[in-house]
Amino acid sequence: MSTSTTPTTPQGKVADFLDERLSISKAIKSNISKVFPDHWSFMLGEVALYSFIILLLSGTYLTLFFKPSMVEVIYNGPYVPLKGVKMSEAFASTLHISFDVRGGLLMRQIHHWAALFFIGAMSIHMFRVFFTGAFRKPRELNWVIGTVLVLLGIVEGFMGYSLPDDLLSGTGLRITQGIIAAVPVVGTYVSFGLFGGEFPGHDVVARFYTLHILLIPGLILALVGAHLMMVWYQKHTQWPGPGRTEGNVVGYRLFPVYTAKAGGFFFVVLGITTLISALVSINPVWMFGPYTPDQVSAGSQPDWYMGFLDGAVRVMPNWEINALGHTLSLNLIVPALVLPGIMTTLLGLYPWIEAWATGDRREHHLLDRPRNAPVRTALGVMSISFYLMLWISGANDIIAQTFRLSINQITVALRVLLFVVPPLMFMLTKRWCLSLQRRDREKVLHGHETGRILRLPHGEFVEIHAPLSLEEQAEILGKMDVAPMALPAATDANGVAQPAAWKARMQAKLSQWFYGANVSLPTRAELLEAQSHFEHADALEVEATNRHRTYEAVGGVLLAPTEDGSSRH
Amino acid sequence: MANISGSSRRRPYAGAVLLLAALTTTGAAYAVTTSAIVSPKSAAASAEQIELGKRLFTEGCSSCHGLAGQGGSSGPSLIGVGAAAVDFQVGTGRMPMAQADTQAMRKPPVYNQEQIDALAAYVASFGAGPGVPDPSQYDFSNANVARGGEIYRLNCSQCHNYAGKGGALSDGKYAPSVMKATPKQIYEAMITGPQGMPVFSDAQIPAKDKQDIIAYIDYLQNAPDPGGAALGRLGPVTETVFMFTAAIGAVIAVTIWIGAKSR
Amino acid sequence: MAEHSNLPASPDAGGHDEAAHGALDYGTRDERGRFILPLEEHHQRITDVDPRAAKRAERQVAWLFVAGAACFAGAVAAFVGFSSHELIHVPMLGNVSASNFWLGTLIGLGSFFLGAAAIHWARRLMPGDEAVDYRHSLRGDEDSRASAIEQFKRGAAESGFLSRPLVRRTMLGAMALFPLPLVVLLADLGPAPKEKLRHTMWGDKPATRIINQGSGELVRPEHLAVGGLINAIPEGLEKVEEEAGTQNERAKSSIILVRMNPSEIKAQQGQGWDYQGILAYSKICTHVGCPISLYQQRTHALLCPCHQSTFDLSDAGRVVFGPAARHMPQLRIGVDSEGYLVSLGDFAEPVGPSFWERG
Repeated sequence: MSTSTTPTTPQGKVADFLDERLSISKAIKSNISKVFPDHWSFMLGEVALYSFIILLLSGTYLTLFFKPSMVEVIYNGPYVPLKGVKMSEAFASTLHISFDVRGGLLMRQIHHWAALFFIGAMSIHMFRVFFTGAFRKPRELNWVIGTVLVLLGIVEGFMGYSLPDDLLSGTGLRITQGIIAAVPVVGTYVSFGLFGGEFPGHDVVARFYTLHILLIPGLILALVGAHLMMVWYQKHTQWPGPGRTEGNVVGYRLFPVYTAKAGGFFFVVLGITTLISALVSINPVWMFGPYTPDQVSAGSQPDWYMGFLDGAVRVMPNWEINALGHTLSLNLIVPALVLPGIMTTLLGLYPWIEAWATGDRREHHLLDRPRNAPVRTALGVMSISFYLMLWISGANDIIAQTFRLSINQITVALRVLLFVVPPLMFMLTKRWCLSLQRRDREKVLHGHETGRILRLPHGEFVEIHAPLSLEEQAEILGKMDVAPMALPAATDANGVAQPAAWKARMQAKLSQWFYGANVSLPTRAELLEAQSHFEHADALEVEATNRHRTYEAVGGVLLAPTEDGSSRH
Repeated sequence: MANISGSSRRRPYAGAVLLLAALTTTGAAYAVTTSAIVSPKSAAASAEQIELGKRLFTEGCSSCHGLAGQGGSSGPSLIGVGAAAVDFQVGTGRMPMAQADTQAMRKPPVYNQEQIDALAAYVASFGAGPGVPDPSQYDFSNANVARGGEIYRLNCSQCHNYAGKGGALSDGKYAPSVMKATPKQIYEAMITGPQGMPVFSDAQIPAKDKQDIIAYIDYLQNAPDPGGAALGRLGPVTETVFMFTAAIGAVIAVTIWIGAKSR
Repeated sequence: MAEHSNLPASPDAGGHDEAAHGALDYGTRDERGRFILPLEEHHQRITDVDPRAAKRAERQVAWLFVAGAACFAGAVAAFVGFSSHELIHVPMLGNVSASNFWLGTLIGLGSFFLGAAAIHWARRLMPGDEAVDYRHSLRGDEDSRASAIEQFKRGAAESGFLSRPLVRRTMLGAMALFPLPLVVLLADLGPAPKEKLRHTMWGDKPATRIINQGSGELVRPEHLAVGGLINAIPEGLEKVEEEAGTQNERAKSSIILVRMNPSEIKAQQGQGWDYQGILAYSKICTHVGCPISLYQQRTHALLCPCHQSTFDLSDAGRVVFGPAARHMPQLRIGVDSEGYLVSLGDFAEPVGPSFWERG
């Protein structure tokens, strides 16, 4: 250590203490000026992260009062409509938190809203990553971690939802038990293991509690850590824009701008969550009442992230196979196990599926605008619409009730729509993307319409077009030129058929399908010509305004003087 | 029967046929049931009242239900339905039906209470059925609301939802919201089993228990929402809609502010 | 940069030779065909050029912090000032908990102001120019890769993992058995299912009396009107539950009693299993076990509010709609010598959802 940095101030002494033990100077030196690109869509993951922090804090508070026990007690608290009613200690302590602890209800509502937020923000963040192609090499592993995080979030949320042991959550547990029992071979044993015997038993709340407050949050925390470290190490992707290349990151430095924005944003997310919890009721368990396996309410729904599963179970036809002394419940296995299994597998493997289909195995740090990858965008919209159809199926009774429709007809219609809407959405999205690409090309060559109309000396009317701003141009022109793989010849040089080439041909066809219709960028010559055109039009307009001869503006039409000096309308 | 109402939108009389079939069955059933559940209170009806009832019936009801309440092409027999059924159906405005539909809807009543009483007395004269309950029967001032909640969750929440908001039944029918039901109407609904609702006679749910239920529904009708706006008390679906619109919308608005270039 | 890097060759392919304003040259394209336009050198905000605007922004930030602090102080006051069951009427919200409303509103607004202040500060007063960082190749250079492989090989050779198959194989064997005790330990999470799912307490005695669950009284046939419904349980259930400390028996033996005109009964699961038009059905849905009493007496349809499975109770509990695959099990009932309704034996099949061994 050189004498020139011997600390004299108290802060300096603390820094010196830490540096001599942990070499913090090295860590700070190489990280504090790290650049983060700035865009609203890059903050969706932050929302998820902050919601998770809010969940940890509010959840810790709730553990101070909650009793994860299914021992039956008689409620004797201040909530009169349940006075003297038999219920589990878990439910009674939830009532205690809601009605006796000042701020307890607020914490419960913050915890529940933040849970809905957490999974919602993760999902929307995942959409952003998907539609911009941010999952491509080198970020495939982080995509997989993200997929696992969403799944863990769903499991964590479901377990938390089950803990208060109210009529609604108990109904969810009952359904879960029915699904587990339907699993071939091991289902009954798993169910008996989970519930400590038959349903509902007296163990499940305590067991879920341990998983909910220890094991799963621990896993989520570890994976969130890995997720962030990878973002840090690989550096964030960025949108095409002025000066943005595959080799750089343009944005604001970690310290101070990014720190202030991200830190401030945490408090904003906390503020919005708390405000909503102050103003909007969620999960009023006292209205549902305590769980007992012989009661249920009309309109029993899970929280939103389980809605698609519940919907799949609702629209599934009633297929069941009974053979050789065993029962195979396709009506449960298909919608509740096979379908989500396929969905998550496809989701997790998508980076490799796309790389295989396009043959593009390069690193990507500049994002695609969704319109510039029409097939990917269309696949995404198709999948989301499929998910939404399932989700709507999960709310079929509420829809029937609200809009006075027949629940039977809705259910039958959804069975059809589930297979009709997604392909339709695929086609529509793809076309829409391509037309947006054409419009982009148009815009960059012809500029914005300004609404200013100029009449030329020989009588022709022209509308003045203004060139796009630098940012707009950089965004449009930052599109990758894609070249689909060429179709390999079906026969070799000697005209002999090459059967082994089918694989290459299929891949080339896939790649052509993926990229084929893309609109190409204008050439440099076209762009330069457009630019000189703008300059020319600009000059004409300036000339027209400057001549100071008779002109008049009528209804926004600027009349350039005619040859004889008179003006006409 | 399941598909009759399915096509009711195209054939307006189909719902009425369904209604007819069902009401005939129920009416006939009453006629053959043991009289233990029937407490005719129509004895007190005066001759003038029945005369008024007859006139109103002939004008407003007989076109569907027949001049002698025997039923017709578009309305079920009313023999043996009792005064309570009339008081409920007409008092909640469900009858007379404005148009043939899957199910009669609650609407402002067409007749005043005096006329309704007369109609009830007249219809009760067709044959014995449950009488209009006495105010002492549905007086819930000494009822136990918590016990009422338990019985409500056991017998009622299946169809009417945990908060009394109603719910969907098969083929476009629905269990109505009980938010506007008066204690008398709740009592009458239980003893008469209007439309698809099962009958809960006093032998099935004793009068004391019915009062507890009424006390709980009264609580639901006036219940505070400690946590804030209740979003219709419809459970997670409306919570989700709120979250993805208002809440996520607010957060995204802030992200756009943060990400926008400062000028 | 390593030769294998598939990044564009030059880290500053963007180039800064072009002026940010005025004519563009469109001369720089990366190897993927993108036009790289020049970075705007200086971004001038109003707070950069106008000191008064900067001062104004500074005051705005400070006021936001002050508002945050005031809200937090107010939240403490609200905590002290309101008991946990006080209600207030708030327009649009209704009657809500005063404590929840004020605590949440003040903490929420306070946090929002605090965060907004920091963001406003960053946007208006901290540097507005964008900075540029360069990416490094993620792939290790050739020397590192060679060295890594070499060192790993050395370690592997030193361990003898490959040259001593006996050690290797026995180690793999031991590792393979390691999870076994851990899995076995989970076996005591619950008892083996055995025949538990096949029996309910209705089968414990040849005739079990039926209790009206709401009133707690024994059911007599004349209690039940045509079109009526009673939620019922076996006599002695409460005692069984108390002894077990669980609601397990209730989850299997809950039933509903409905009465219809005998002429309306199209079929039953056994000849004469009704009693004068009174039918007893399991209340536990055969789909995933929701308790159903959503009985529509006119159509005799029993609808499950969870997944809309619909059963026709006048036709042997047949499935008429929805995802359930099996009928609702019917319980055979009769009347004992004292005139009370009784079950005559257990259900003929397991009640509730399917399970693999059900058959």
